[in-house]
Amino acid sequence: MDIIFLLIPIAIVLAGCGIWAFFWSVNTGQYEDLESPAHSILYEDDEDLIPKDARVNEDSARHD
Amino acid sequence: MQDLNSTGLEQSADCYHCGLTIPPGTRYQTLINGEPRQMCCPGCQAVAQTIVDSGLDNYYKHRSESAYSPDINSKELPDSLLLELGLYDDESVQSDFVTHQDNSAEAILVIEGITCAACVWLLENHIRKIDGVSKVHVNLTNHRARISWQPETCKLSHILAEIYRIGYQAHPYHPDKEEQLLEQEKKRATRRLGVAGIGMMQTMMMAVALYGGALQGIDDKYVTFIRWASMVIATPVILYSARPFILAAIRDIKTRHLTMDVPVSIAIYGAYLASVWATLTDSGEVYFDSVTMFTFFLLIGRFLEMTARHRTGRAGNALLNLLPASAIKLVAGEEQLVPASDLKTGDRVLIKPGHTIPADGIIVAGSSSVDESALTGEYLPIRKETSAKVVGGTINVENPIEIEITEVGGQTQLSAIVRLLERAQEEKPRSAQIADKVASYFVAAVLLTASGVGFGWWVVDPANAFWITLSVLVVTCPCALSLATPTALTAATGTLRQNGLLITRGHVLESLANATHIVFDKTGTLTEGNLSLQEVIPLKNNDSDRATRIAAALEQHSEHPIAKAFHDQAGTLKATSIEAELGQGLQGCIDGLTYRIGKPEYSAAISSQPTPELPASSGQWLLLCSDQGAIAWFRLNDQLRREAREAISLLQGLGLQCEMLTGDNSSAVSEVAGQLGINQTISGVSPAEKLEHVKRLQTEGAQVMMVGDGINDIPVLAGAQTSIAMGSATDLAKTNADGVLISHDLLRLVDGILLSRKTQRVIRQNLGWSLCYNLMALPLAALGFIAPWMAALGMSASSLVVVGNAMRLNRLPKRPISLSQISVTRPVETDSAALNQVE
Repeated sequence: MDIIFLLIPIAIVLAGCGIWAFFWSVNTGQYEDLESPAHSILYEDDEDLIPKDARVNEDSARHD
Repeated sequence: MQDLNSTGLEQSADCYHCGLTIPPGTRYQTLINGEPRQMCCPGCQAVAQTIVDSGLDNYYKHRSESAYSPDINSKELPDSLLLELGLYDDESVQSDFVTHQDNSAEAILVIEGITCAACVWLLENHIRKIDGVSKVHVNLTNHRARISWQPETCKLSHILAEIYRIGYQAHPYHPDKEEQLLEQEKKRATRRLGVAGIGMMQTMMMAVALYGGALQGIDDKYVTFIRWASMVIATPVILYSARPFILAAIRDIKTRHLTMDVPVSIAIYGAYLASVWATLTDSGEVYFDSVTMFTFFLLIGRFLEMTARHRTGRAGNALLNLLPASAIKLVAGEEQLVPASDLKTGDRVLIKPGHTIPADGIIVAGSSSVDESALTGEYLPIRKETSAKVVGGTINVENPIEIEITEVGGQTQLSAIVRLLERAQEEKPRSAQIADKVASYFVAAVLLTASGVGFGWWVVDPANAFWITLSVLVVTCPCALSLATPTALTAATGTLRQNGLLITRGHVLESLANATHIVFDKTGTLTEGNLSLQEVIPLKNNDSDRATRIAAALEQHSEHPIAKAFHDQAGTLKATSIEAELGQGLQGCIDGLTYRIGKPEYSAAISSQPTPELPASSGQWLLLCSDQGAIAWFRLNDQLRREAREAISLLQGLGLQCEMLTGDNSSAVSEVAGQLGINQTISGVSPAEKLEHVKRLQTEGAQVMMVGDGINDIPVLAGAQTSIAMGSATDLAKTNADGVLISHDLLRLVDGILLSRKTQRVIRQNLGWSLCYNLMALPLAALGFIAPWMAALGMSASSLVVVGNAMRLNRLPKRPISLSQISVTRPVETDSAALNQVE
């Protein structure tokens, strides 16, 4: 069980890193907009990245 | 009628871009994703075309809300707008809000017209395509855009113009002091919450080891080590996160009144210091886990309360949108476009029709009519001849006028209203908050009990006295009590926000539930706030459709509110040689015939025929005549909001006294009151008199709720216990109201009242429950039966019950069956006594 004498300080150091990361994220405004990122993942900005032969939508004909 | 089916398209009733009804007889369409889509106006068409041309038509796939109807009329922005935006390229103007780094500039803009996340996507992608723009981030929560660009390759005015082109409006954002303070407060609170959260999890892990050890046996060296580790983690939580509590408690003790902060601080700091003592001396109990958890729970409550308070959605510079950004100054007969803020007393300014007057002044040349609805609530423009006074913030309607400025800045009438507002805010009656009252009794009781228990044990068993007293403080610590109110308020505020009623101040839910009187402004609140065509009475054997089309053709190019009522009737007829007679009407030629439309005497004068009899029903009557004689009567009226009547009858059903308070003095007032069944009406009052009236009600012990939208309502909004501004209100009104009705739906007020009453019930249940829990736990703690782990467990359990109960406010309560479907309209009794007082 003596291993906890090593593990607990490591845990404390990690918690310190967590707090530092959290401060950084608050100060750089990461929490200022909690709404738009949730939507942005749904935007199909990557249509041009889909290989031609894998497209399923009917407008693939128009891209030719 | 035209044949609309020539394209083989079904005619949908709503504009594809903004969702408004498409006026019959208009045809605007844009090809979107290969489909022709119908639009309601050239503005929507232009915006949609711009969006498609920049390859962003996916916007229409993504969006979940319709866009707002744009401010522009064609793809090419008018020169006047471009000139005005050009002012922002001026170094001295930019110095206020643009920061320079290396060779790029950065500014924050407030963007109007954002409705959903797709708007953000559209704006970001569109602005990113502009040459020279390096970074764009649009924030959906507060509608601000942070844009970086290279000043060598791209001008700021060009970026602003591009934003206009896709149907939004951008203003520079320079936050006032208050705004910056809020920003800092929010960040600080978030950091404190984060530290407390991480600390709580870590100490709880250690605490579980200690609890397990207490049950199964554990070596002393491990116990000591784990205690020390807990102390290391708990210390920053206490010193950093819990600071606001101790500071507030010290302040309260100095001012000699008890609040929640006092027992909270005593418990947190007492338990912490005792635990530190226990760790150093290897004796007693440690409460690090309870202390950190406690701090975290309380901070959550505070944080929720704060976010509910901060949800203002304000632009941060309130007067900005009302006063024009630019003015045309006349220097030795030359026209110069200058920023409005540079105007001085004595300057001569040219104001074109449709422009806002930049400051108070006197007309020195020309005559026109001025729309003063923002200041007085009068929705028809007022005629102003040479040497008449005009007020800054009002809108010139008909002809260009030259004014000489008499007052600028702090001396203008608009600023006088702002000052009135500040005074009203200072004198605003405070709504008593239940939680505070309960808290002070509770605090006194806890402190007395704890000292009693401490003294009793000290007599019986001095060794245990301190630890038992401490456990009394920890167990009874009013954690659930201090969570009771904020969680309920936050849940209810969130629900109302999703349903289109934005609450911007913490006390609203409390004062809504207690409201006894609800006072409405008329124009723009109970009515739509603009004139619309109500009925057409053709004379002799004329056809009403054709008469309407003639009238629309005559009125097509006028910006007068009366003319706007005809704009959606526009057909294919074209009128030539139009002349406007100020305050009388218009004359023009169509197909070789001369027509006049306007006041009966003016119109009838064109033919040799006598003026026909005025029809009976009230409203604005216009007569259309040709030189052959009278053709038709048109009745215009400011239309009631569709849901107004139902909302009023429901509110009356809830026991609220509905009143109408308006600056308008026409016959329309009693008519509106009659249709809505409002039997308390006061008309023709100035902003100061409005405030007087509300104050008088308050001295009689009424809890007044005010609903309004204009500048003239602002002092009253500030003076009433609760105030709601309509979503269409000016920024200044929104900023000073306690809530904003974003959805424009008056029925949401009913929901607001119902939910606020339910919120009060939930708060009472929560307070009752936490008191109950404390009363049960206290005797056990006082007898010394409570171990630290039980204290921690009881604390979290009671808090969870409170939060769970508050979650019931996530749904709107059902509205009662509306009475308006069965009730009979009551006769109108205008409050003559009040009227006399006003006169």
